[in-house]
Amino acid sequence: MYALDDVDLEVFSGEFLTLLGPSGSGKTTLLMAIAGFNRPDSGSIRFGDTEMILTPPHKRDVGMVFQSYALFPHMTVAENIGFPLKLRKVNSAETAERVTEALATVQLTGLGDRKIDQLSGGQRQRVALARAFVFRPRILLMDEPLSALDKKLREQMQIELKQLHRQLGVTTVYVTHDQREALTMSDRIAIINHGKLAQVDTPQAIYNRPSNSFVADFIGESTILPLTLDTQERLLFEEQLVLDHLPEAFSKDNSRDWSLVVRPERISLNADSQRSENDCLVFRGEVKEFVYQGETALALVKVGKDYDISVRLGTNAASSQTMMKPGDEVNLSLSRDDVIVIPQEKTP
Amino acid sequence: MHQEPRDNQLNVEPLRAQEVREQWKLLSLASPALLVIVAIILIPVTWLFYLSFVGGDGQFSLEHYRKMIEYKSYSRTFITTFKVSILTTLICILIGYPLAYFLALLPQRLAGLFMLAVLLPFWTSLLVRTYAWLVLLQRKGILNDFAMQIGLWDSPVKLVHNMTGTLIGMAHIMLPFLVLPLYSAMKKIERDMMHAASNLGASPTYAFWKVYFPLSLSGLVAGSLIVFVLCLGFYVTPAVLGGGRVVMVSTQITAILENQFNWGAASALGVVLLLATLLILYLASRLFKLDAVLFGKD
Amino acid sequence: MSWLNRPASDTQVTHGGRLWLYLVAAIVMILLVVPTLIVIPMSFSDSQYLEFPPSNWSLRWYHEYLESSKWMRATLTSIKVGILTMCIATPLGTMAAYALFVSGHRAARPVFLLLITPMIVPVILIAIGTFYAYGRVGLNNTIPGLVLAHTALATPLVMIVITSALRTYDLNQERVARSLGANPVYAFFVITLPQIKFSVMTAALLSFLTSFDEVIIAIFISGGVNATITKHMFSALRDFIDPTIAAISTILVLISTLLLLVTQYIGSREK
Repeated sequence: MYALDDVDLEVFSGEFLTLLGPSGSGKTTLLMAIAGFNRPDSGSIRFGDTEMILTPPHKRDVGMVFQSYALFPHMTVAENIGFPLKLRKVNSAETAERVTEALATVQLTGLGDRKIDQLSGGQRQRVALARAFVFRPRILLMDEPLSALDKKLREQMQIELKQLHRQLGVTTVYVTHDQREALTMSDRIAIINHGKLAQVDTPQAIYNRPSNSFVADFIGESTILPLTLDTQERLLFEEQLVLDHLPEAFSKDNSRDWSLVVRPERISLNADSQRSENDCLVFRGEVKEFVYQGETALALVKVGKDYDISVRLGTNAASSQTMMKPGDEVNLSLSRDDVIVIPQEKTP
Repeated sequence: MHQEPRDNQLNVEPLRAQEVREQWKLLSLASPALLVIVAIILIPVTWLFYLSFVGGDGQFSLEHYRKMIEYKSYSRTFITTFKVSILTTLICILIGYPLAYFLALLPQRLAGLFMLAVLLPFWTSLLVRTYAWLVLLQRKGILNDFAMQIGLWDSPVKLVHNMTGTLIGMAHIMLPFLVLPLYSAMKKIERDMMHAASNLGASPTYAFWKVYFPLSLSGLVAGSLIVFVLCLGFYVTPAVLGGGRVVMVSTQITAILENQFNWGAASALGVVLLLATLLILYLASRLFKLDAVLFGKD
Repeated sequence: MSWLNRPASDTQVTHGGRLWLYLVAAIVMILLVVPTLIVIPMSFSDSQYLEFPPSNWSLRWYHEYLESSKWMRATLTSIKVGILTMCIATPLGTMAAYALFVSGHRAARPVFLLLITPMIVPVILIAIGTFYAYGRVGLNNTIPGLVLAHTALATPLVMIVITSALRTYDLNQERVARSLGANPVYAFFVITLPQIKFSVMTAALLSFLTSFDEVIIAIFISGGVNATITKHMFSALRDFIDPTIAAISTILVLISTLLLLVTQYIGSREK
């Protein structure tokens, strides 16, 4: 059993890549391996063409923001930010200039003389950030840097970090377990589970085309329905045709079961009429539960032989007229463009 | 940055070598300390262990251990040692628990102030404190004067150079070792525990015995164990306040060396003392968490 | 006395109901402190005999102490040995504590247990053991011999103080310093050490006091011109009671009180 096993990941210059996974999945281990704080038993870590795996942390030129920020409490804000510059023998005039500049970048102008314990949580976060990029590292690593902040501040910082990344253009690897944060900020997301890469792709692709059930389940809300494969390699759900061919990447592979992933917000509700089956999948079912949640409402609809599909509905004035109660009979439709089919290991 | 599994075999060796090198570099920081402990503690103690098996004729012999079983004076010494250790520990528990409880109830600032009453003796030379008791407890000492004044007894009572004096002095010296770990265990008990007990209908007394006391037990065990083990090997206070009438293992070791210069017999006694200490610590570590015991003192 | 009826805890126990506890605690605290401090007034007595309260006040026993070359030499020896022990045990214990705390090596735990053996082995055994071994190598009655033995006693104390300081310290700070370009040695001295310096100072004072107050080992392995103050005090206590000891004790109490207050002050600074 390895904390990380067979991980092959390429980070492109200048991109914002997020390592996303449940706790204990190995994402922080991977980040620490890049920074040099833990050593893989074997493998290779290259910056460009340079092999770095035997290089000690202080020679890797990697900026790092820890979850706890790890600011030095016995130094001022400016001393903290100037620390990496001092180690690089930058002269004091230039150090002062670059510290001031970094402070301005993170919107802390004028706070250089403060002690760390005089700062708020959000300010500490910014100092940690400034300290990590002020020496223009080759890569910036962040380990759940926003997890200690409250929700409002966290959302604000997500946008700020995104802007900062655009402004600095530094290659960034970001660790989080918060999928919304990952979707908001990343150029690409690498989803890690049990020490293995589950999928690496852009946020849109991850959400719209998850490549396995773990990703489909982990990102966003979804209902996963089992499909059957007929003799002509067509996939059916309760005798309704879902896909007339196997997804190309897996067409030769018969060792798998197939599932249909339904995103609750992609389903629409047709309380009465029946639409054509050419452009839609149609389910008929009975409302089991209906809850109002403010910006949306969630319905749990029982279809076929006891499958529960979640359906998200808008709550604007028009939709409100279609408020349902448990026991109502409804028709659901899913556009063929929104059909997501994923393979699964065959259940014995 | 790029990680590729196909380079696996290339990297296993240098990675392992670097790992080992760094571990050794780090551990070597502990080597000067290790060297001192080995030279000053381990080698001499092992040497004594060896001496305890060398008879008067220079050959291997169990005579020193045999004497311990045969001679009455030895068994009396062991009984006295255990008696003093157990009684001192009990006295410390009896008066130390209320004190620790009192300190744990106080708000932080006040507790810090009253804690000085525990820390001041803790930091003061035990010779000074033994001396003070010698003076306080003597025939014409303050304690006798005071007791006679308030009519506790009519003529001076012998309080020192006997078991009574030894126990009083030992308890005074050991008390901080019990109170400090006990206090820190009590401080860790969450107030909500007592609230919950009370909310569920427990009277304060019931809540104390069923909730607070069991939770403070780890500290009490740690403290008692430290006191007991320290008592077993204690020398100065029994030697001075016992006035030769309270013969503990340590005093007998010294006596054997001073009077007979018999290294074998002294070493054998020391070995038994060490084994008894280790046995008690081992049993305690099986029953309770050893870490709490070892670091409770801190 | 409405105070007595006020609740002392959130579970409706009144101060009145706790009165017995306050009383017991007060008595125990008095019993702890008074015997520690009683030597102070006694030392100012004029009498040959130990009496309290003294009938005549004088500085006689302080003169006696200061004019005795035996006591002066012993005091000097004790101070010398204490300072040397402090200077050796503090870095040794700090290094060991740091190495064992940071290293995840499986040897770390057994090594740690080995290093705290001086706290487990009865001191009398260490005393006769070193006495015997020193006899073979000629270290008895020497300052280096005493310093070595006291270093062995003080090192585990230093280790425990430093380990507990490291427990509350965020080791990520050292990591971050390294990622910012500091080598391990620089990271330790510039980032970690300044933040545990109060604990290091406490540990240093503790190791000085451990050596300065140590009796049993000193009884065995110190002697002649290098006898310690505790060795002389012990023989004085066992054989005949010389009131000079009251004066010396007072000085010792003042030293420990001073050191205690310094550590308390350091402790409050640490927070």
